[in-house]
Amino acid sequence: MGRYVSIWFRHLHTDWFSIKNPRLKELPFVLRTPVHGRMVITSLNAKAASQGIFQGMVLADARAIVPDLEVQDDPPELTNKLLTRLAEWCIRFSPVVSVDPPDGIIIDASGCSHLWGGDNSYLKTITERLHAIGFTSRVSVADTVGLAWGLARYGHSLISLPGQTRESLLPLPPEALRLETETTERLYKLGLRKVSQFIQFPRTSLRRRFGDHILHQIDKACGQAMELLVSVQQPEPYQTRLPCMEPIVTAPGIEYALNLLLEQLCLKLRDEQKGLRAAVLKGYRVDGKVEEISIATNKATHHVSHLFKLFEIHIAHIEPALGIELFVLEATVVEDHLPQQEMMWAGVGGFEDIRLTELADNLSNKIGSNALQRYLPDEHYWPERSFRTSLSLLEKLTTQWPLDKIRPTQILSRPELIEVTAPIPDYPPMLFRYKGKIHQIVKADGPERIEQEWWIQQGQHRDYYRVEDDQGKRYWLFRLGHYHDKSFKWFLHGFFA
Amino acid sequence: MESASKAQILSRLQSDILRFQGFKPADHLDHSAWLGAINQSFPNATFPTGAVHEFIAPGMEEMAATSGFVSAVASHLMKSHGVAMWISQRQWMFPPSFKSFGLDPDRILFVKTSKEKESLWVMEEALKCGALTVVVSELCDLTFTASRRLQLAVEQSRVTGFVLRHRYKKLSTNACVSRWQVSSLPTDSIDDLPGIGFPKWKVELLRIRNGYPNTWNVQWNNGEFNISSRQTEPISIETEAQIKFG
Repeated sequence: MGRYVSIWFRHLHTDWFSIKNPRLKELPFVLRTPVHGRMVITSLNAKAASQGIFQGMVLADARAIVPDLEVQDDPPELTNKLLTRLAEWCIRFSPVVSVDPPDGIIIDASGCSHLWGGDNSYLKTITERLHAIGFTSRVSVADTVGLAWGLARYGHSLISLPGQTRESLLPLPPEALRLETETTERLYKLGLRKVSQFIQFPRTSLRRRFGDHILHQIDKACGQAMELLVSVQQPEPYQTRLPCMEPIVTAPGIEYALNLLLEQLCLKLRDEQKGLRAAVLKGYRVDGKVEEISIATNKATHHVSHLFKLFEIHIAHIEPALGIELFVLEATVVEDHLPQQEMMWAGVGGFEDIRLTELADNLSNKIGSNALQRYLPDEHYWPERSFRTSLSLLEKLTTQWPLDKIRPTQILSRPELIEVTAPIPDYPPMLFRYKGKIHQIVKADGPERIEQEWWIQQGQHRDYYRVEDDQGKRYWLFRLGHYHDKSFKWFLHGFFA
Repeated sequence: MESASKAQILSRLQSDILRFQGFKPADHLDHSAWLGAINQSFPNATFPTGAVHEFIAPGMEEMAATSGFVSAVASHLMKSHGVAMWISQRQWMFPPSFKSFGLDPDRILFVKTSKEKESLWVMEEALKCGALTVVVSELCDLTFTASRRLQLAVEQSRVTGFVLRHRYKKLSTNACVSRWQVSSLPTDSIDDLPGIGFPKWKVELLRIRNGYPNTWNVQWNNGEFNISSRQTEPISIETEAQIKFG
């Protein structure tokens, strides 16, 4: 039997505002949202509640009761954001925590509370820690999610002892079963104010009068129907752990541990036809710190020696200090990996070759993932934009490389200003001076005008010339702007083979 | 009779030695055809693959010419499915230009390193990887030890390496199989039309193990080499000696 904790935040939104602005804690304070053209109170703090204001009240009515009411807008989407963050914070109490909108969190506390010394002190710790942050909460624990939910909101006692689900459920009001408002109202109309008054009714008559929903909710509260929790953080399925009898301080020790862990992990991955794309090795040190090294691969793999090689470079970055007592290897990104593919391409060469992928992994692991680039053609005439980096080793060409344009092999990332003597507009220059040296131009081709792509960048066009000097050296020059504008400039942009 | 058999034995021994040193005999004809007259300088009249070639290119202009020649050679070695790696500290290669030398730019992996030592490490790793056909690395200096490491890496994988040496400080002896220098030559006009013709280079083979250094005029004519010997210059043992001793 499981144990579940339900946390109810009575003033979730207003508490959050008060944390940011402590002044609001002392004032009657509400949050408003427009509903059908009226301002309606959606959240209020304890002080406002004590003066007779309730949720769903129209703001004008509330102002009539409390003239000095502090009002602010209720931001939409705040509930989800707050609950998710609080749920992530609650992972310290149990690994499985899920959000329970609109105002709660459910924790799967099975086997957890004894670590805090029993249910009592477990709940007390949670309440106190939340209070220290600034959230008012009611926290309950029970054998089922439904009962814990009801106890947190409507129960006198917050703890339902194991095996006493039905007993704890009986004194609760019908709302504690999470029923629709309509059903609850009908129950009250019939004078059924406690669960104990109708729970023993025959199921058929309950169904006839109130529908299927009520039976389902009773089953959930009693533990006869399953209720699934969706944890905010999924537990890592591909993980191997190695606790050490003696703290490890040496590099060979770490290597040995890494090898053992990799073998276990890769065996598991291979059995499930998976491969890892990213992995992290964590070393928990005696002094409580955690040392981490991580790797990434370009393609899913479960090749032990390759992965070991990737990790090996980083082992020097681990600082064992007094020693590492627990190693955890975790595959953070896992993809399908079918062994037939690997066999087909082994030893062929080319981009599909597994050896090339491993080389790419090695390089990006050592010198950074941006160091390795492959370029594909891009449909732009502007030279700097005529190619783009490819997303992966295997990306296919969508357009062909242009063959009609003659382009230099070497290009300057920033064109260099040169001095030029040119006879008339549109004629290639006669000579140019680059880095203090004068080049007499013997042959030339051009101009090839390349216009700016105005939807990307503003500026003047370039008139390109291919020129050859008296030494037989070939250059790519361009004139920026029109000849008759007088503001034109000449640049050297590249070197031809 | 006896002398003939002696000559046979000698030539067989010679080819054995070449084989032990890693030079493959010319197994298919198309392999040797493309380099034309240049092939006569190589042992077995075959361009040595699975070896590291050194190119010296002092300035940007020479670098451009050398890149052109090297990519044309690489395109022949890679055929249709090979992959090349180009290692450099600067990003000055213009990928679309490779297409005009028959090399698909998308079959090249460019690696940008931050220092010389890193380039050497990357080149050694790449030369060990049999999935690549050609590895080109731009380096300034290459010590004997470093070149020996590259040569050892290549012997297993049969990858061909090209070291382009730019702004070098000194040219010392190293374990590369050859040393080349490529520089631009004025182009020939096509059909007496104005403008620039096909790329044309002076290709000097300054040093080649078990071969004969020589110099050629090479023109790249839309996908093939047009090679003519230069008669003017005396052949090059001198050149090599100059480089070795001062």
